[in-house]
Amino acid sequence: MITIIDYGTGNIRAIENMLRVLGHESRISGVPEEVASASKIILPGVGHFDYGMRQLRSSGLIDVLDEAATSRQIPVLGICLGAQLLTRRSDEGTEPGLGWVSAETRRFDRSRLADSLRIPHMGWADTGYQAGHPLFDGFNETPRFYYVHSYHMVCDDPVNELCHAVHGYRFVSGIAKDNILGVQFHPEKSHRFGKRILDNFAKWIPSRRVGEQA
Amino acid sequence: MKRMRVIPTLLLDRNGGLVKSVRFGKRTYIGDPINAVRIFNEKEVDELILLDIDATVDSKGPNYAVIEDIVSEAFMPVAFGGGICSVEQMATILRSGVEKVVLNAAPHGNPSLIGEAVARFGSQSVVGGIDVKKSLFGKYSVFTHSGKRNLGKSPTEIAMQFERSGVGELMVYSIDRDGTRVGYDIPLLQGVASGVGVPVIACGGAGTLDDFIEAHEVAGCSAVAAGSMFVYQSSTQGVLINYPTRDQLDDHVFSRLQCNLESRTL
Repeated sequence: MITIIDYGTGNIRAIENMLRVLGHESRISGVPEEVASASKIILPGVGHFDYGMRQLRSSGLIDVLDEAATSRQIPVLGICLGAQLLTRRSDEGTEPGLGWVSAETRRFDRSRLADSLRIPHMGWADTGYQAGHPLFDGFNETPRFYYVHSYHMVCDDPVNELCHAVHGYRFVSGIAKDNILGVQFHPEKSHRFGKRILDNFAKWIPSRRVGEQA
Repeated sequence: MKRMRVIPTLLLDRNGGLVKSVRFGKRTYIGDPINAVRIFNEKEVDELILLDIDATVDSKGPNYAVIEDIVSEAFMPVAFGGGICSVEQMATILRSGVEKVVLNAAPHGNPSLIGEAVARFGSQSVVGGIDVKKSLFGKYSVFTHSGKRNLGKSPTEIAMQFERSGVGELMVYSIDRDGTRVGYDIPLLQGVASGVGVPVIACGGAGTLDDFIEAHEVAGCSAVAAGSMFVYQSSTQGVLINYPTRDQLDDHVFSRLQCNLESRTL
């Protein structure tokens, strides 16, 4: 079952609500034994990077998540802070991230923003995406999503850039490495555009695993 | 195209009903909030603000059951305010499906509240609410408790104080313009927005789409909120939950905002 990780940060009910309306069963859990049996994982999160990592650790979830993402290689979708936690580190704190994707999380560069642009970046933004990626399957128009963030992800290798938006400058708003996906925006709060993302994720069966040849 | 957020503001009373006030006084019953939120959901509104306008006055905490019901099918960002005075209350509210809390009265009695909230939930989850009344002599003062208690401080002072505490956003609500539909109090908004770096939401007085443009272009607000405009028919004042279409907003508002190719965020 799709398991939404409950580690004490932010708004998890909204994700469950949207999945329910889409007809996908999900459960909210922060219990390591239950997460160990998940078929898909959504890692949500709103808040401070260090607080998020510490919560994951104190809930005893790091090992079981690591096993799910890198050994069992089940589909994982990080949302907002949950996406940033997939990276190695963040300007926001000192805790190491999960580091599953070769990327890091940086603060919006104030010096590159016009005075009229504010931090946090808050609002709806047109979002371009990697053509053909299953998470973005079926969009006939440029999707717009709701963003709320002061930090954004930066990939070591552009091959892991899943999607992007513009706030003063173009920033990576989603990352992907095989079964592991993360989006900076909130699909659960982005009307039909977000519904499509969560529906695509719920239906997604990764066609090949890490290390296999195309 | 440059865009901005256009946000219906819904007021809840102590019975959990949806009401609309005029100058924070006389109230009209609008209907069932769940039904209204469902309609706004279908209309794909950018965001919603829900304010319980009796909770602080009644010294009651937030009504979690009502909040949870209202947001269970709200697939847009929702901010909730009213009666919140602890981080634990915020945790419960945010967990139920709400993105942001609006803090208005409580930070004045408990100056560390915003800092604690920001450390736990991040600045983007905390909105500083500032309700403002203008005196006969034209002086702006901040009020709490649904306009009943005068703090004796200026909105710019409170705005800067909230910003220093770490709020991610400010909502500036003109009590004098509430429910009047004569346009925003532009000098008030301009004074606040020019003094802070966080986004400012304009509230109180919106009557037409042109008012949105003025709040952005002249006052420097990042988002616009409106109550009456989205719950009443324009001509008859009959209750009608409404919201401009994406095309109307594009053609009448966003296309007329100062061209700024740097930003494609609304």
